[in-house]
Amino acid sequence: MSETSAWVILIAAIFTNNILLTNFLGMCSFIACSSQIKTSLGLGTAVVFVMIMTTIINYIIYHFILVPFHLGHLQFIVFIAVIAGFVQFVEMFVERFSPKLYFALGIFLPLITVNCAILGASLFMIIRNYSFMQSIGFGMGAGIGWALAIVLLAGLRQKMRYSHVPKCFEGVAIAMIVTGVLAMTFMGFAGMVSIQ
Amino acid sequence: MADKQLACAVCQPKGICGGKGLLTLKEGAWGKNPLAIQVLGICSALAVTNRLENSLVMGAALIFVCVGSNLIVSLLRKHTPHRIRMVAEVAIIATFVILFDQFLKAFYWDMSKQLGPYVGLIITNCIVMGRAEAFALQNPPVLSMVDGLANGIGYAVVLAIIGFFRELLGTGEILGHKLPVFSEWYTPNQLMILAPGAFFALGIVIAIFNVIKGPAPEENK
Repeated sequence: MSETSAWVILIAAIFTNNILLTNFLGMCSFIACSSQIKTSLGLGTAVVFVMIMTTIINYIIYHFILVPFHLGHLQFIVFIAVIAGFVQFVEMFVERFSPKLYFALGIFLPLITVNCAILGASLFMIIRNYSFMQSIGFGMGAGIGWALAIVLLAGLRQKMRYSHVPKCFEGVAIAMIVTGVLAMTFMGFAGMVSIQ
Repeated sequence: MADKQLACAVCQPKGICGGKGLLTLKEGAWGKNPLAIQVLGICSALAVTNRLENSLVMGAALIFVCVGSNLIVSLLRKHTPHRIRMVAEVAIIATFVILFDQFLKAFYWDMSKQLGPYVGLIITNCIVMGRAEAFALQNPPVLSMVDGLANGIGYAVVLAIIGFFRELLGTGEILGHKLPVFSEWYTPNQLMILAPGAFFALGIVIAIFNVIKGPAPEENK
C-alpha cells in the first residue's frame, strides 16, 4: 500500500474513491451551495486550494511535532486549529493583495472551515499512513474530486428547475436522490485503480 | 418517550428550565429535527448507517458531545468575548470528541476501527456547532443541556431508522443476526450498503418527513 505512486492516488481520489460520493464528506456545503454552476465553481476552487495546503501543513505538524512528542491523541484539535488558522490567513492575504479574487472567493472561505471534507482528508491521510508525496496527491485528488461532484450536481439542479418533481420530494430530498444516481455512475469507475 | 418524562421530572419541580424544558425537548427532537427537517450534519448520517450497530454508536456519540459542549458553552457564555466565540466553541467541542474517541479506542477497539475518521468528524458536524451557536450562547446551562439532548436524540433516532433499513435490505440481517423467515427468502441487495443506497435512503426519509409534516419547510419557518 505504501508504495502506491502519488499519481495513482491522485486519480483514485478523484474517481474511484471520490471523497464526496463514496465517503460522504462535505455534504453540508454540497447541498447548500449547489444551486448554481458559478457559485459551485467558486467554492470548488477554494476547496481544492485549501485542501492541498492543509494536508501538507497537517502532514508536517503530525509527523514532526505530534508523533515525536507522543501527542497523537491531540490530532483533532490541532488539525481543526490549523485549518481555521490557515483559512483566516488566506482570507487576509487575498484581501490585501488581490481584491478581485477576494470578491470571487471571499464569501466561500469562512464556509470552508466547517467543511468536513477538509478535516476528513487530513484524517484519512493519517489513518492510511501516506508518505509526503502521497499526501499531496491525495489532497489534490480529493479536492478536485469534490469540486467535480459539486459542479456536476449544480448543473443537474439547474436543469431540474424546469421539471415536475413530486411535491414531497422538492428541494433537498430530490437532490439526495440525484446524488445517489451520480454516486452510482461513479461506481462505474470502481476497479480502475484502487486505494485503501 | 422515557426520556421526555425523565427530563420533566428533573425540571418541573425545581423549575430550573423555567418551564421551557418540555417545549425545548419537543422542538429539538421532532419539530425541528436536525437531520430530517433542517438537513444538518448529513455527512456522518450517510457514512455510518451501513449497519445498525454503527448508527447506534454514532447516535450515542453525538448525544454525548452535544450535551457536554452545550453545557460548557452555556456556562462560559458570559465570559467569552464575542469575537473569539467560534474558536472557543470549536475547542470545547473538540475536547468532548477527543474524550469519546479515546473511550472508544480503549474499550471498543473494533468499533473505533470501523467508524474510522467519522468520530473525529463530529467536530465539523453542523448540528453540534449550530446548537452551541444558536442556543447555548443565549440560554442557561440546564436548558442548554436539554436542548443538546433533544437534538442528539432527534439525530440518533433518524440515524437508527436509516441504519435499520439499510442493513435489513442490504444484508438481510439485523445487528449481524439472521432473521427467522425474512433472511431465507430475501435476496440481499448490495446496493443499499454501498454509497448510492445511503443517498437514496436519506432522500426517501426526508421526503417521508415532508409528507408527515405537511407543508414545505419554507412555510414552516
